[in-house]
Amino acid sequence: MADYLFWIPLLPLIGFLINGLLLGKLPRPVVSAVACTSVGASFVLSLLAFFDLKALDPAARQVEQVLFTWIAAGTFHVDVAFLLDPLSAVMILVVTGVGFLIHVYSTGYMHHDKDFGRYFAYLNLFTFSMLTLVLANNFLLMFVGWEGVGLCSYLLIGFWYHKKSASDAGKKAFIVNRIGDFGFLLGMFIIFWQIGSLEFTEVMAKAPVMFAAGGGLITAACLLMFLGATGKSAQIPLYVWLPDAMEGPTPVSALIHAATMVTAGVYMIARSNVLYLMAPDALMVVAIVGAATAFFAATIGLAQNDIKRVLAYSTVSQLGYMFLACGVAAFTAGIFHLMTHAFFKALLFLASGSVIHAMSNEQDMRKMGNLRKYLPITYWTMLLATLAISGIPGFSGFFSKDEILWKSFSSQYGHWALWLMGFVTAGLTAFYMFRLIYMTFHGKERMDSHTRSHLHESPRSMTVPLMALAVLSVIGGFVGMPHIFGVANLFEGWLAPVMHSKGHEAAAHALASAGGDAGMEWGLMAASVALVLIAIFAARHFYNKKPEAATALADKMTGLKTTLANKYYVDEIYGALVVRPLVNGSLFLWKVIDVVIIDGFINGLAVIGRDASELLRFVQGGRVRNYATVFVAGVIVLVAYFIFG
Amino acid sequence: MVPIHAFLLLAVILFGIGAFGVLISRNIIVMFMSVELMLNAANMVLIAFSRALGIVDGHVFVFLVLSVAAAEAAVGLAMIITIYRNRETINIDRYNLLKW
Repeated sequence: MADYLFWIPLLPLIGFLINGLLLGKLPRPVVSAVACTSVGASFVLSLLAFFDLKALDPAARQVEQVLFTWIAAGTFHVDVAFLLDPLSAVMILVVTGVGFLIHVYSTGYMHHDKDFGRYFAYLNLFTFSMLTLVLANNFLLMFVGWEGVGLCSYLLIGFWYHKKSASDAGKKAFIVNRIGDFGFLLGMFIIFWQIGSLEFTEVMAKAPVMFAAGGGLITAACLLMFLGATGKSAQIPLYVWLPDAMEGPTPVSALIHAATMVTAGVYMIARSNVLYLMAPDALMVVAIVGAATAFFAATIGLAQNDIKRVLAYSTVSQLGYMFLACGVAAFTAGIFHLMTHAFFKALLFLASGSVIHAMSNEQDMRKMGNLRKYLPITYWTMLLATLAISGIPGFSGFFSKDEILWKSFSSQYGHWALWLMGFVTAGLTAFYMFRLIYMTFHGKERMDSHTRSHLHESPRSMTVPLMALAVLSVIGGFVGMPHIFGVANLFEGWLAPVMHSKGHEAAAHALASAGGDAGMEWGLMAASVALVLIAIFAARHFYNKKPEAATALADKMTGLKTTLANKYYVDEIYGALVVRPLVNGSLFLWKVIDVVIIDGFINGLAVIGRDASELLRFVQGGRVRNYATVFVAGVIVLVAYFIFG
Repeated sequence: MVPIHAFLLLAVILFGIGAFGVLISRNIIVMFMSVELMLNAANMVLIAFSRALGIVDGHVFVFLVLSVAAAEAAVGLAMIITIYRNRETINIDRYNLLKW
């Protein structure tokens, strides 16, 4: 199996090279064929790899392919090598599978764009980077992929670079991510300093020996790496770039800012679960940040009117769930939610893209309404995804979210307060998602007549991926059903070899199997389902049955509403506290230190030389006799010197 | 026999007149003549020493100098004529184009 592993990331890279080097020379059908085929073939290989891996004994499910030595300097040795184990197998399936569907969807969505080739070149480059990230067998190669996806994210957010807001959003994403990357790098340095290797297997094997459990160093390393994760996965305090990233094309939001790249932080923490389990303090920080982000972003999502921004805050909130899961040492649940979220959130974004496409690029939900009449496929698929994200029993999101909520309550690292935040967030999620559905697809038609006359269901290339993702959103959860249902949790069993928290898991199982706790789990599950149903009916009441009630309520709470609509003024606070001092400091360095002092010194020297020459040039007066006089005087002086000197 | 210092004194006087002529003359022709005078003062010194020491090297040098001076005079006069055609003057102080 190891011999074809490298083709999985290589194929999208080849696609990128073909589309990128022959930019503008290939006709559109060829461009889409190259882009889709490369990712599709990569998906087929991933499936093959998955089944080959499955055929192995669970304990032996770890295949490495070393391609070549990248860096060898003294004791520092890094290979370009790929590691296939249950965790990376799940990731490559999600990345290539969802990625392939989004590539296909893009051929329809971007059909009118003049930069068709550039778009697909970036998209393939992104897929390559993401696959490198998840397949790398060491932290450094992972970091290469990490930076690669960051670069592609920047390029694709600013894809319509002639729009100032888009290029600004791209820069914001890149700069905010740099802050996180610096934390990731420092964490990596600590690991290398203590362990002397960056290879996952070696680090995980040696960490218990080289680090004192719960000590300062391991906690620092984990927290620094978590800082990297907050940047890439849009958590407090570095989440601010993700909502702005919606300036990019919608399929990009689906692929990068919902399904794959933003989950890199979750993957990284799950990958380093051994390290995090040794640092309970760091785990606690991860859990609190995750729960806080989930709640905080969900409240912002309540008051947004831009359809993509609602989904963006929803993504931030759902990523918070994943970190909450990781923080209570339920890494499997985190990865499970990562997978189901990739399905339903990609679907939500693609469906919103279909809406935007039909609405002639209108994104404001206040100007939509009753679209289900015009976009039946989009409506039904989006409704399924909304049911999934809300956690209606039977849909994929229910299983993963419930798993996280239960673990945050029952795990030894959990706490009822964490559970409560997740629980309330579940209600908020259902509310803002159904608000979106009701405002967009139900009620009165609020668009102008010109837009209405252009309303049309999207082409097949767009609706087929929607339907495929809808199927996955519905059935994707059945691989990880809770224990109280009396069936084996396939997903947990699959990931068990990678998750070294076996002891903790066993304890949790023992707890779960005890009668009272099973009752507790049923109870909590029923509570969250009830809350979700109440939230859905509330959304229906306010946004479908009695829109005037929503307005009346909003009028009563104007303060809260403006605060939410302005996203708690976080951008403004960051602007005042971080950006403005930085800009002013840089302006000072530029205008004063650089221009006045450094340039002044250099230019001053030049000015002195020039002015001295100005004076000296009058010696050259053009009068031959003056020259001759000076010449003779010089000769006389020299002769006198030789005679008398 | 005339002593050598008499020749040398004559040479110094000729050289001085030539140098003085170059410095004060405004007429480029006069200036040119003064330069020739200085050249011949140097020739005088060579001849004087050649004769006093009884070797012919000095004579050889002088012939060389004379032939070079002839060539130089030809080139110099040609240049003066060309400049005169342009500036319509032989006043050296009006030849002042090459300045700051």
